[in-house]
Amino acid sequence: MNLNATLLGELIAFAVFVLFCMKFVWPPLMNAIEARQKKIADGLAASDRAERDLALAQDKAKDQLKDAKAQAAEIIEQAKKREAKMIDEAVHKANAERETILAQATAEVAAERNRLREELRKQVAALAVAGAERILQRSIDEAAHSDILDKLVQELN
Amino acid sequence: MAAGEELTLSSHIQHHLVNAKMCTVDGSVAFNKACAEAGFWTWNIDTLAYSIILGVLFLWVFRNAAKKATTGVPGKLQCFVEMIVGFVADNVKDTYHGKSKLIAPLALTIFVWVFLMNLMDLVPVDFLPSFAAFVGENAMAVEPGHVYMKFVPTTDINLAAGLALGVFLLMIGYSIRIKGVLGFIKELTLHPFNTKNVPLQIALIPFNLLLETIALFAKPFSLALRLFGNLYAGEMIFILIGAVGLAQLPLHFPWAVFHILVITLQAFVFMMLTIVYLSMASSDNH
Repeated sequence: MNLNATLLGELIAFAVFVLFCMKFVWPPLMNAIEARQKKIADGLAASDRAERDLALAQDKAKDQLKDAKAQAAEIIEQAKKREAKMIDEAVHKANAERETILAQATAEVAAERNRLREELRKQVAALAVAGAERILQRSIDEAAHSDILDKLVQELN
Repeated sequence: MAAGEELTLSSHIQHHLVNAKMCTVDGSVAFNKACAEAGFWTWNIDTLAYSIILGVLFLWVFRNAAKKATTGVPGKLQCFVEMIVGFVADNVKDTYHGKSKLIAPLALTIFVWVFLMNLMDLVPVDFLPSFAAFVGENAMAVEPGHVYMKFVPTTDINLAAGLALGVFLLMIGYSIRIKGVLGFIKELTLHPFNTKNVPLQIALIPFNLLLETIALFAKPFSLALRLFGNLYAGEMIFILIGAVGLAQLPLHFPWAVFHILVITLQAFVFMMLTIVYLSMASSDNH
């Protein structure tokens, strides 16, 4: 149990072990542990970020979908409006054309009637004159009785 | 024959408590009883051999783990080693607030090395000495009774004192490095009795010096004696139990189970106190 040189031997062995541990054992182990801790921390942070990004992307997609729906509705609305307008225009145009054609036809008919009436009147006048001429051939002096004849013609008018 | 049996028992126990010694007598190497007069320059070769083998085993295992250490998924050995390293690192971080690259590896070395040496206590007391006696008798023609072996290095005061001396030197070194020689002297002379009255302070210096010196030396002494005392007592009980024949079976098991606690605890306490002492040595506020 006496203290002897073993003490010095153990002291030296202790110092050598500690130095070896300090140089070759502790640093690589600690580096590995710390590097892994950092890796795990980074991984967790990345997963958090990805989750946030996913939520953002989902929001964005929802917004875009809403926009697209609204746009589609607008386009359909516009198309309907345009359709109604086109039909309206076509109806108007057709009506106008009908009016024009009708008016033209009426005018033509009226003109024809007037012309025919004029012709008829002239023919009636001529016939009347011819009839009267025949009746009155002997008694009536054409020159002397032209005023009566004119009056007659006027009455026929 | 009662007296004879008693003699045998006590000599058996005595035999277990003697180290294998080596020394030089008259210029030639001598062993064991021949070294009785060699004084200080005697080497306990069993303590040295077992402690160095265990220390090398520790460093070999940990170095292997360190060499293959990966930052990815660790293997089983690396997990085991990292668990111990992490445990030691946490304790050091909690207790030692200075910046030193030495403290943590020092604590790790103490913890694992002392643990392994204490663990030798669980090897049945007669296995290794009987084997050594067998080898000594057959290979070297030495009488079995003259082959000595104490295979638990921490039951040798020399080992405990060697470790404590190392810690003590580090304490002095850290004190001087952090506070300077003057600061260290001040710490030893101006505490615990401190006054602004100069003549009174001068009068108090001898008391302070006495108290602080005792306090300083008490640390390594308590460190060494605590480890040695616990393990020596434990080993003694194992030897006693081993000497009672078949009755040892029910006795040995509970003591061994209980001793697992002592083994771990003493290694932990030695490590923890080393950290605490070095932390005290490197902090300025007394």
